[in-house]
Amino acid sequence: MGVNSDPLLGGEGFLTTTIEAFANWGRKNSLWPMPFGTACCAIEMMGVFASRFDLSRFGAEVARFSPRQADLMIVSGTITYKMASVCRRIYDQMPEPKWVIAMGSCTCGGGPFDSYAVVQGIDEFLPVDVYVGGCPPRPEALIDAVMKIQKKIEMKGAPVV
Amino acid sequence: MSFDAEQTTTLLTKEFPQNILDTKEYRGETTLVVSKEQILNICSYLKDQLDFTFLADLTAVDYLEVKFPRYEVVYHIHRFGPECEENVRIRLKAELAEGDIKIDSVTPVWRGADWLEREVYDMFGIEFAGHPDLRRILLPEDYGPFPLRKDFDVRNREASKRSFENALEEGAD
Repeated sequence: MGVNSDPLLGGEGFLTTTIEAFANWGRKNSLWPMPFGTACCAIEMMGVFASRFDLSRFGAEVARFSPRQADLMIVSGTITYKMASVCRRIYDQMPEPKWVIAMGSCTCGGGPFDSYAVVQGIDEFLPVDVYVGGCPPRPEALIDAVMKIQKKIEMKGAPVV
Repeated sequence: MSFDAEQTTTLLTKEFPQNILDTKEYRGETTLVVSKEQILNICSYLKDQLDFTFLADLTAVDYLEVKFPRYEVVYHIHRFGPECEENVRIRLKAELAEGDIKIDSVTPVWRGADWLEREVYDMFGIEFAGHPDLRRILLPEDYGPFPLRKDFDVRNREASKRSFENALEEGAD
């Protein structure tokens, strides 16, 4: 974006940009997360939304429990195969553009549950943008993940469908 | 008159002399091994005559190569006595041999056995004759194997993946 406040132009100033850059600037500063919490990581996620860690400082505090109003899915907690189909359907119902954070060891690679029922990483069925390790991760780690999503939106824009 | 586990054992053995196969006492816990054909009668007697109104748990064990017969269905039942000292908890075990893993459901005696028996069916494939609604309770309905059997590989995710694919296809309509 270019900013110009030349007095010849009236002193009010204006800026030049592209529609795409402008849209992405808006997107990155008002992410609307869809919390998909299934286990203990969800407690940390709630902590991130609440006043102590306050995700609203990054413009992403409006947790939407309808996927149709969200553009960032935070999968936090153990995902079993029975839950995986639900998770996938909810992801499918989110409008484009959309991003996914895999929060915690379980979503990244199954965590301690190397068993018949647990998905060994949600990237088996979802396109994950940012992985957050930890069991559970510190709230700061999730904030960092959201900031990485913001950076990704800024650098690469919306995902191409 | 106080009532305790010993008395329960005596009364039961008198009522079902052929069907109480073994009695064990260990650290204050009483375990009775009973024949599976009479499980419903024994449970009815315990509830109606001796006031064992509460089925605390119903589960199963797979001993595979450790023991014959292979399976055991375990019942933990409780009697709330009029006095605190008269509370009695006993354990019943019914042995099931491989190839005939069927036992009478105790849902007519304790309605609460419904979901417990469904869970045992889900995990071990033990069938409960006379159960009102014997379906899988935790795993997907089209899931094939019974994962708590000791010959099931705990890391085998094939059946889970298949159920997942089916669920996705169903949801696609």
